[in-house]
Amino acid sequence: MKISENLSRREFMTRILDFAKKALIALPFVSGFGAVKAFTGGAFLKTAEAKELVAYDPSQHLYAMGVYIDRCIGCGMCARACKKENNVPQEPFYFRTWVERYQILKEDKTIVDSPNGGIDGFPETTNKADVLRSFFVPKLCNQCKNPPCVQVCPVGATYKTKDGVILIDDKYCIGCRYCIQACPYGARYLNPVTKTADKCTFCYHRVVKGMKPACVEVCPTQARVFGDLKSESSPMVRLERMNKIRVLKPDLNTEPKVYYVDLDGEVS
Amino acid sequence: MESLNERLMSALQQVSGYIYPNEIELHWSLLIVIYPFITGLVAGAFILASLEKVFNVKELTPTYRFALLTALSFLFVAPLPLLAHLGHPLRSYEIFFTPNLSSAMAAFGFVYAWYLMAVLLLEVWFEFRKDLILWAREERGLIKWIHRALALFSTDVSEEAVRFDEKAAKIITVIGIPSAFLLHGYVGFIFGSIKANPWWSSVLIPIVFLASAIVSGIALVLILYTIVTLLRSEKIDMKCLDRLVEFLFYAVIIDFSLEVLDFIHRLYQSEDSIKILSQMVCNKLFVSLVIMQVLLGTVLPAIFLVFFRYSRFPEELRRLAYFISALLIEMGIFCTRWNVVIGGQLFSKSFRGLTVFKVEITGFEGILMSLALLALPFIILFVVLKILPPWRISSLPVDKN
Repeated sequence: MKISENLSRREFMTRILDFAKKALIALPFVSGFGAVKAFTGGAFLKTAEAKELVAYDPSQHLYAMGVYIDRCIGCGMCARACKKENNVPQEPFYFRTWVERYQILKEDKTIVDSPNGGIDGFPETTNKADVLRSFFVPKLCNQCKNPPCVQVCPVGATYKTKDGVILIDDKYCIGCRYCIQACPYGARYLNPVTKTADKCTFCYHRVVKGMKPACVEVCPTQARVFGDLKSESSPMVRLERMNKIRVLKPDLNTEPKVYYVDLDGEVS
Repeated sequence: MESLNERLMSALQQVSGYIYPNEIELHWSLLIVIYPFITGLVAGAFILASLEKVFNVKELTPTYRFALLTALSFLFVAPLPLLAHLGHPLRSYEIFFTPNLSSAMAAFGFVYAWYLMAVLLLEVWFEFRKDLILWAREERGLIKWIHRALALFSTDVSEEAVRFDEKAAKIITVIGIPSAFLLHGYVGFIFGSIKANPWWSSVLIPIVFLASAIVSGIALVLILYTIVTLLRSEKIDMKCLDRLVEFLFYAVIIDFSLEVLDFIHRLYQSEDSIKILSQMVCNKLFVSLVIMQVLLGTVLPAIFLVFFRYSRFPEELRRLAYFISALLIEMGIFCTRWNVVIGGQLFSKSFRGLTVFKVEITGFEGILMSLALLALPFIILFVVLKILPPWRISSLPVDKN
């Protein structure tokens, strides 16, 4: 094909489209049907995902979770939903989130339990008359501002995002388990399938799309609240404004971003 | 073989009090006990070698080269338990390529490489270069070529070159002492810097690790020197052995004092973790800490060492007493590592309960694997002693200038 010097815009466009058509027809013969499918379908999907990612700017957000202790009824829906949503092994040794029951007895004794993370509910274990007070505490990764797990990871496989969530790159984690040792909250476990460290991500795959984490979504009493601390209209900002809040193990200077409303001093 | 789930399920039944649900699996097991044990032996053996070279303790000359080769053989094995323990050993190279500089563990690759390449291999080379060349001159066949290759085909054994070798070895030893401190102090720091764990989190841990490393290194060289000399049907240099025992005793006293200091400090400060730690020491760690580490591994052998060192018993009996004491001390140091690593994971970070540790027999983290890893440095040492016999003196003189 000879390209004339005075090629008009219309001619140029026609030729380009013509070339594209021919290329599309020729492609199956060159690289097989599968490649075309991947080319057409895959390319569109990637474009859609890319658009979504471009629209999301992590530096504009700072996520946190709030827990109203007095609202939690210990139903375990959150822990169950979390396992389903995040493909957490079902065995009772692996949890991204779990619920603890505290029973403070009259005889100055505290009993804490979390059978199967609270997923199956809490059977009565003490005589009601002996209990001074009792409450439930949902636990999860505290997404610390100063995360000890990130500090100790030898290869940087666990890291803090700009929107304040601690994530793990499971393609990169070497499975040394140093982060599990460094977490003061017992929030991490080694996934027996991937052999890499795993923990709560605030359902990052959901929150970047504007959805709530699964545990917050299913909580029947709205004991769990999730929101963006950088957004004035966020329920988290309201929670912070209206309540006395506490974090877990504040003396360790990890600066958690899971805030508890009316947390009892017994909780560790 | 019990599956992981079965093991965890049976552990779940034996938990006392409350532990976080993710804490049922004990994450650092037998292999991570062996890792600081082996690096401790390396650092200790090297520091013993340096006593002769830098501090001119001439009585220890028979053990100088021996201690160096022991340190080298154990250093080759030091990273293996770590590697075997990883969930993804094939990704381990990332520690070298993309280290996270805020991680104590990321320094491992560099500290290890420095110690192996810049200290031990260089020192061994300078120490043996002259002999390698002289041995090669009187040898034939494969061993001649091995010795020539190990000397990196250098041939200069003039007095001047030999003087340079000696000087170089001395300088490397001087650099090596802080490096040995770094190697093992750093291993202690891996544990000591974990603020989430009150059993580990202590500034004294790296120093205690160092002191116990020196103890274990001297005891190991004493044991190996005795065995190898007897196997060679040679006479044991009693002056050397007495001096070794003296240094071993000093090291035991320093190590024990530091550990007692750490213990008293914890007890006196009585922080929020003290209740659960006391429960752990009185129940789960009673045998391994109080009986095996303190009584059988420290107090008893320390008394033995002093008693037999200054008694007038016949040499053979003294040698036997030294040997048994060193074995007990070695067992005690292994228990020290066990109590730190396993002990640090037996209590919950909620400080409300204790869990259990069941040792596996087979499997990557099992007893068999651990025994194999502990036997490997001895096999390496056997081969190294065949190639570089520290006691062999060439009949040829060095070249005159």
